[in-house]
Amino acid sequence: MANKIPRVAVREQDPKVRATNFEEVCYGYNAEEAALEATRCLNCKNPRCVAACPVNINIPTFIHHITEGDLRAAADTIHADSSLPSICGRVCPQESQCEGSCVLGIKGEAVAIGKLERYVGDWALEHSAEVESVAIEPNGKRVAVVGSGPAGLACASDLAKLGYKVDVFEALHRLGGVLSYGIPEFRLPKDRVVAREINEVKKLGVKFETDVIVGRTMTIDSLLDKEGYDAVFVGSGAGLPRFMGIEGENLNGVLSANEFLTRVNLMGAWDPEHNDTPVYVGKKVVVVGGGNVAMDAVRTAKRLGAEAVIVYRRGEAELPARKEEVHHAKEEGIEFRMLTNPTSILGTEDGWVKGINCVEMELGEPDASGRRSPQEKAGSDFVIDCDVVIMALGTSPNPLIASTTSGLNINRRGCIEADEVGTTSRPGVFAGGDAVTGAATVILAMGAGRKAAKAIDEYCKSK
Amino acid sequence: MFKIVEKRKLAENIFEMKIAAERVARAALPGQFVIVRANEGGERIPLTIADYDVEQGTVTIVTQTIGHSTKKICALEVGDSLADFAGPLGRPSEFVHMPLEELKNRKYLFVAGGVGTAPVYPQVKWLHEHGVTADVIIGAKTKGMLIYIDEMSKVGNVHIATDDGSEGYHGMVTGLIKELVEGEGRKYDECVCIGPMIMMKFVCLTTKAWDLQTTVSLNALMVDGTGMCGACRVSVGGKTLFTCVDGPEFDGHKVDFDEAIRRQGMYKNQEREASDKHEHKCNCYGK
Repeated sequence: MANKIPRVAVREQDPKVRATNFEEVCYGYNAEEAALEATRCLNCKNPRCVAACPVNINIPTFIHHITEGDLRAAADTIHADSSLPSICGRVCPQESQCEGSCVLGIKGEAVAIGKLERYVGDWALEHSAEVESVAIEPNGKRVAVVGSGPAGLACASDLAKLGYKVDVFEALHRLGGVLSYGIPEFRLPKDRVVAREINEVKKLGVKFETDVIVGRTMTIDSLLDKEGYDAVFVGSGAGLPRFMGIEGENLNGVLSANEFLTRVNLMGAWDPEHNDTPVYVGKKVVVVGGGNVAMDAVRTAKRLGAEAVIVYRRGEAELPARKEEVHHAKEEGIEFRMLTNPTSILGTEDGWVKGINCVEMELGEPDASGRRSPQEKAGSDFVIDCDVVIMALGTSPNPLIASTTSGLNINRRGCIEADEVGTTSRPGVFAGGDAVTGAATVILAMGAGRKAAKAIDEYCKSK
Repeated sequence: MFKIVEKRKLAENIFEMKIAAERVARAALPGQFVIVRANEGGERIPLTIADYDVEQGTVTIVTQTIGHSTKKICALEVGDSLADFAGPLGRPSEFVHMPLEELKNRKYLFVAGGVGTAPVYPQVKWLHEHGVTADVIIGAKTKGMLIYIDEMSKVGNVHIATDDGSEGYHGMVTGLIKELVEGEGRKYDECVCIGPMIMMKFVCLTTKAWDLQTTVSLNALMVDGTGMCGACRVSVGGKTLFTCVDGPEFDGHKVDFDEAIRRQGMYKNQEREASDKHEHKCNCYGK
């Protein structure tokens, strides 16, 4: 039986080598590997993977097309539900979505759906010139999209396909939102993948304008009332970094993961030959946090030549990061200090970080999130010497849009209030992605963007 | 791309540029800033807005060549373009939201230091246009480094201070403030001070003695300028705030200037290396 074949291993850069460069960690499948892995899919009658995918990609069908060698059909199948397969194939938490519900995973290993999606996505980018663009009938309506991250891109491409004239406004100088400023090059190549996948959205007629900060350069009120847009989609993400509020947090050498990753990714500080923005890692970096952003920051610090440590207040089982990221980080020589919580940051006389005061933790009863809540062990204080402390504690939405848009309700966490299709309290304004949910994943944001596109279409038709 | 439509040299190493940026010009208000990137690969540099013209669709910036990136910006000429020009960022000065009746009775003292004179100008101009003529102290090391004297004289009562006495009052701006307040007995409701951190610190110490409300505009390090990175963190009254979204203007009596000055030096070593490397490269190509 086909499912007796073990999951085809994916080739990766040697951990020792890759810990010193910014090249992509995972090489992905080649044609033979992909074809072989595709044969493992049982093509279930009731495919649980499809239900577990936030955008319900028809997974068995696209995999079946791979086994037939019809990659064009495989790409078309994915594109019907997702405009960013090369990106999602790389950064989705598959183990808790499609692959997590694969039947093969019960007794053995799930089909490598993410790696197959990436393979098809990359193939489609390589062969995009061969595709004749389908003529889209314009419907005369205009929609403004705020933010060019995953939510905005998904919403914009769906609306463009429906005939809307879509203008996307991006605050930064480069498109992609978190795909550009947050996720590092070694996990998601910027030119080869992100820029090219965005280019596919441009081909649909979507117009992009950078350096426009909605809430400052223009307001949503002016987009609707003065510039004549029929609707606005807000996919402005969750960009505001959190700090712990402990002593020493304003010392030189303490920074948010957002700042660190923005310097390295968006501003290209990893490549000082071509970029002017500096970054400082010193000899030893402590990253506080256990999510994907913490893993990105710590692995980036390592690549810049520092000894790099993760400090996390819960246990390894509770790490919110993807398993693959934790595994890769460990392979690259990252030290994990679990059940450890910082209490203050120590500075030199002239105000630079020299260490971080920590306390050991133990896990108590499960809290509201279902995770066992960590409690301090009395008298267990100790110091980790370091030059840089990076806070990766999560982010919240930027208040700029909420504070400059009349009639737009936000909740107590600063997120825009929206229903499951993105309808907000302000007629004509829809929202989705991290701006609504707080920091989550690329695919959830994409899913929200797609649902909102549908809702916007209905709204515009009923107007 | 944002075209440079006018450029002039104001003083040694200080240049004024008018940039075609219609959207920014339409939205700009006194007290706000822009983020500028000279070219692909360049740094994002925050610069305060020196003037804006809605009809022409232009925004004026004044830049002093301090490091590698500001030199790059100043090396551009009319007809060249900046890669990026994003804004207006930060909160506008508080007085733009004040009821005009209340504003008309307020006495303002502006204290401008060096290149900080440029962002003072749109504030004084705005007040003048709304019927308030403010006193303005413009300070510089020496006569040749004074900027915006003519422009400012048209919209405010200008007093000049130079460290070497080559023009106006001989001494620091703090001395001239004391002379106006204690010597001439002038009364002010608010002092607005923009200049080097160290000057703002000492102006605040001076005005604190009279409990004169003092607003400062901080030029903290920034990357994005929209609240994303937190590089511009500043302690104000014991609370950590972001200069880019909570400021750039703060109650100067509450700002921890020593911390702010220290944080400004975070990348000094790298800045120096980058600058040296660049100078070296330039020399190689030889004149």
